[in-house]
Parts: sequence; C-alpha cells; structure tokens
Amino acid sequence: MQDAITAEYSGPPKLNYLNNGFTLKSWLLTKDHKRIAIMYLITVSLFFMAGGLYASAIRLELLTPASDLLQTGTYNKVFTQHGILMIFFFLIPSIPAVLGNFILPIMIGAKDLALPRINLLSLYIYWVGGAFTVWALLQGGVDTGWTFYTPYSTTFSNTYVMAVGLGIFINGFSSILTGLNFIVTVHTMRAPGMTWFRLPLFVWAQYATSLVMILGTPVIAITVLLLAIERFARVGIFDPTIGGDPILFQHMFWFYSHPAVYIMILPGMGVISELISNFSRKKIFGYEFIAFSSIAIAVFGFLVWGHHMFVSGQSVYAGLVFSFLTMVVAVPSAIKMFNWTATMYKGSISYDTPMLYGIGFMGLFLIGGLTGLFLGAIGLTVHLTDTYFVVAHFHYVMVGGQVIAYLGGIHYWWPKMTGKMYSEFWGKISAMLVFVGFNLTFFPQFILGYMGMPRRYSYPPEFQVLNIFSTAGASVLGVGLILPLIYLTQSLISGKAAGDNPWMLPGLEWRTSSPPPTENFDVMPVVTWEAYEFGEESGLDLEGARANESVRTV
Amino acid sequence: MAEYEQHDHDHIEHDHMTIPKYIGIFLVLVVGTILTYFAATVDLDFIFPGANTLVALLIAFTKMTCVMLFFMHVYWSPRMIWLSAVASFFWLAIMFSYTMQDYLTRDPGVFSP
Repeated sequence: MQDAITAEYSGPPKLNYLNNGFTLKSWLLTKDHKRIAIMYLITVSLFFMAGGLYASAIRLELLTPASDLLQTGTYNKVFTQHGILMIFFFLIPSIPAVLGNFILPIMIGAKDLALPRINLLSLYIYWVGGAFTVWALLQGGVDTGWTFYTPYSTTFSNTYVMAVGLGIFINGFSSILTGLNFIVTVHTMRAPGMTWFRLPLFVWAQYATSLVMILGTPVIAITVLLLAIERFARVGIFDPTIGGDPILFQHMFWFYSHPAVYIMILPGMGVISELISNFSRKKIFGYEFIAFSSIAIAVFGFLVWGHHMFVSGQSVYAGLVFSFLTMVVAVPSAIKMFNWTATMYKGSISYDTPMLYGIGFMGLFLIGGLTGLFLGAIGLTVHLTDTYFVVAHFHYVMVGGQVIAYLGGIHYWWPKMTGKMYSEFWGKISAMLVFVGFNLTFFPQFILGYMGMPRRYSYPPEFQVLNIFSTAGASVLGVGLILPLIYLTQSLISGKAAGDNPWMLPGLEWRTSSPPPTENFDVMPVVTWEAYEFGEESGLDLEGARANESVRTV
Repeated sequence: MAEYEQHDHDHIEHDHMTIPKYIGIFLVLVVGTILTYFAATVDLDFIFPGANTLVALLIAFTKMTCVMLFFMHVYWSPRMIWLSAVASFFWLAIMFSYTMQDYLTRDPGVFSP
C-alpha cells in the first residue's frame, strides 16, 4: 500500500478519466462523475467571472456618492444580476456540483454516483437554466433585487422578471437531482468497511446539504410559479390590491432561501473539516459532534427564516420565536469552530496553500457568524436592516466562508483532479491577497452600515472615505481571485506531476492514482481504518512518505 | 442468481397493483374532484369561518395520500421510503405552522384598512 504513495511511475500514461476519450461526444455524453464535475467547474467559473464583473461595476459606482458611472435603473439591474448569478449559479452549485461530484464517490470507495445518468441530466438542466437566465439578462435584465420581493416583482417591474424566474425554476431541478444522487450514493455505494462513522466529514456535510436541497428547493420553485400566476393571470396571491399578501411571498421565499444559505456554507464547512484535520496531521477533535452538527444545521436552518422579516410587518410574537431560534442555530456552527480550533491545538500544522484558505475561513466565518447574531437580535436589527451591515455580514459568510472554502477545496484536490501541482508560491500569494483584499472590501461596510448607509442606494458624501477603502479592497480581492485562474491553468500545461498522494494523507481519495481511473479504483478498497487516522492503523507509512516533500515545493 | 432474485422481488412488488386496482384509485380521485367542486358551491361558513377551505384541503389531502400510497407504491416500499415521505410532510407542516404563527398573532389593527 505504501508503494501507492511514494512510487514514481515511469511507464506509458495510465488510463484515467482524462485520457479515456478525447472527443466532444465523449465529454458531453459521459456518465463519469469526474468529467461531469469538470464541466461543472468550467461553467460555475464562468458564472463567477460574470458575477464578479457586476460586483466590479457596483464597487466602481460606489466610489463616489453621485451616479456618475451607472444610471439608477442600470444600477438596480447590476446589483440584482450580481446577486442572481452569484447565488443561484455559483454559490449553490459550486462545492456540491464540482467538489462533491468529483470527490464524494471516491471518498466512500464507490465507482461512481448511484445515478450517473441523473447526474448528467442535472448538469444539462443547470446549463439550460443558466442559458435561459443569461438570455434574459442580455435581453434587458431584471431589477427587483435577487429576492424578487412582491408586489414590485408582480405588479410594477417592467423588466424580465419571469424569464429570469423561469431560469431559476429550471435550475432548481438540477439542485434537487444532485442532492438526491448524493443521498442515494451515500446510502448504497459505500465500500466494504466504510461505516457511517468512518465517512469523511466532507461527506457528512454533503449529505446534510443534500437534505436541505431536496426539502427546500421545491418551495422556491412553487413560489416562482405562484409569482408567475399572479403576474400573468392576476390571481391574488401576493398583491394586496387583489386580495393577496406580500408578506406571504417573503415567508415562502425565505423558507427556501435561508436554508439555501446552508446549502452554500455547509459544504464549505465540510471542506474546512478536511483541511484543518489533514494539514494539522491530527485526528479531528469531536468527529461525531461535527458530523451531527451538520445535520443539526440542516434541520434548525429550516426554522429561522423569519429573521429576514423582522421589519416586514411580521407579528412581534413570530419575530420573538424566530429571534430565539436564530440564536439556537448558531450553536452547531460554534461546535464546528471550537472543534476545528481544538484539532489544530498541538497539531503538526503545515501552511500549504489549502491550509491558508482553511485558517482564513475560520477567521472570516467567525466574524460573519457573530455579526449574524447582531442581526438576529430583534431590537438591534431594526437599526441594521437594509443597511450595509447586512451586506457585510452576508459577504463575510458567503465570500469569507463559502468562496474561501471552495478555493481551499480546489487547491487541496487540484493535484488529485488533474495530476498536476500548481505553484505553491503563487498559491500562497493569492490566498493572502484574497484575505487582505476581502477584509479591506467588506470590513468598512460594517461601519458604514452601522452608521446608516442603506444598501441598494447611493450615500451621502461623509461616507465616501470608507467606500473608497472598500473599492480599493475589491481591486486587491480581484487580483487575488484572478491569480489562481492563471497559475492553475499554467499547472495544466507545465505543472510538475503531483503523484498519487502529494499531501501524504490517509483518505481514500489519496489511495488511488492522480488523475483517478474511470472507475476510481483498480481494486475495490476495503476500509479498515477510522477517518483521519494518521498512525499505523491507516495502513500507510505517512510520516516516512512525508519526508519526500520535493514534489510540493515547486 | 442474485439478479434473478432481485427481478422476482420487483415482479412481486409490481403485482400489488393490478389494473382494476389502478382504475379503482383513479375513480376515487375523480370522485374527490367532483366532491371538491360541489363542496365549493355550498357556503359552509355557518360551521365556522373558513370551513370551505378546510373541506377542500381534506379532500385534496385524501387524494394525494391515495396517489402516494398506491400510484407511487409507497405502501409496499421499505421503511426508508416511508421515512422520507413522512419527513417531507413534517417539513411542510413546519412551513405552514410557522407561517401561521405569524398570521394568527398579528395585531389586526395594523393590516386592516
């Protein structure tokens, strides 16, 4: 087994999922979860770039208080489309569809996902939903905000509300099918010996996320459908002038969209569990607590949606209940943070690029999570609602949390996915630029929001200095995000061969070749070790192998 | 050998539903739809306000249960499928109850014209 870690292979190229067919057809009709993941990777990256361009336009416009770059109507469309592309087409699918698709079956010792054709269908649905949305944006776009609040979206907006809504509706089915596939796979495809409590925590996180995807996504589909019925047929559902209730829309929208926040962040937490334990070279502290905290977040995440509606006209009693439950949902997240910290204590920490992202996540998510408690406090939130404090909080969780975790995961599994190592030097530079740029962009927004700067509008001149900081930070963040695109692409062309286990880790994905063969393992693995087992029980001489670190220092 | 056993098992499962049974369930659904129509033409507010809605929902729930148990074969499915079905209703109940928790505790003066 040790040979699998250290041996240099010098024969002809092994057959793997990348060189097993080069035609377009072999990619477009593939049922291989790894190829599907790569196609997701390319697509979500394109959506991330498009969403990033909108973000750049927003920050440039906010450099000055006057509307000198974008007219007000255009500005409304730009922030709306930034939100829609980033949330529905990048943040929600990125970790499950890219990293989950690629790694989850390998992590549990399976040949593929349980439903490979459904997996391909899921990708096509995502493409169709995405294409529909992009078409609508190119035709003129939408200006309702990503939340589509009624009655503006049903009655007053003259933009492409329903076309974009249909794109999101279609895309939801992709999410449901991916979640379904993961649940069936984890239940039925685990290798011999891979018991539930030997599963890597990334798999637990994906499993919890899949539950949320299946239970929550149909509700947003119904909500969009009801919105269409009211907009086209004038059936009174949300518009009070024809007998509807606009707050009902908010209830239905947030019943999905708050758990959707957990669809975005839970897989990220799974990635971080992998990074912290593996790069501390220590068994994770409180495995069961972290595993069940993912499930707890998935369940409690469905009980707190009303905290988005404290000032909407929702009853004070409902506000109290939702405020209390919001405090409760913070507990499982805190369990994870404490356990990650305890894992690092007395660990043999190596500061490779993925670990830098892992540590960055812990700091940024801590700020994002704690400021969420400010917003969940029913009194304080009246002052902070619809200010830049909310924008900052949300971005600390979504960018500081999910995007950082996604980047960490990409860097961590890149050698496995491609068989190539990237430049550690540029990786570390990029991770630090992202961290510094991110904080410079979004920390001033907490202060601006607390001082009363509203979201989605311009601002008085006294707020300009902090806005300049924020825009300058966005430039640094932009450079930090473009760098991986360059050096990861470069690694594909001239990167050093990674070897099967470049980080010297015990997980199943590191016991197969890089890139993996089409069926993931030459021989079906039998798992006899616990998760994150670095000792002799893992069946590998990891410490001996670690002495040969030349491959990592490019 | 195992494949044959699996095939037999599937065959037996499908035998639970015969054509007459399918038609029977279909007729129940048709009767339910007709009942919904006639129930909507009678003002049941004399029982309590909103009784019409409750009756319509009860009929709809009965029809849905028939579809789920027999057309979708949940009745003969493993316990895990039962658990999934019950869980989805539990989640629906969460959505309804927590939303109603707002509507039923609002100050009527705030939203009334």
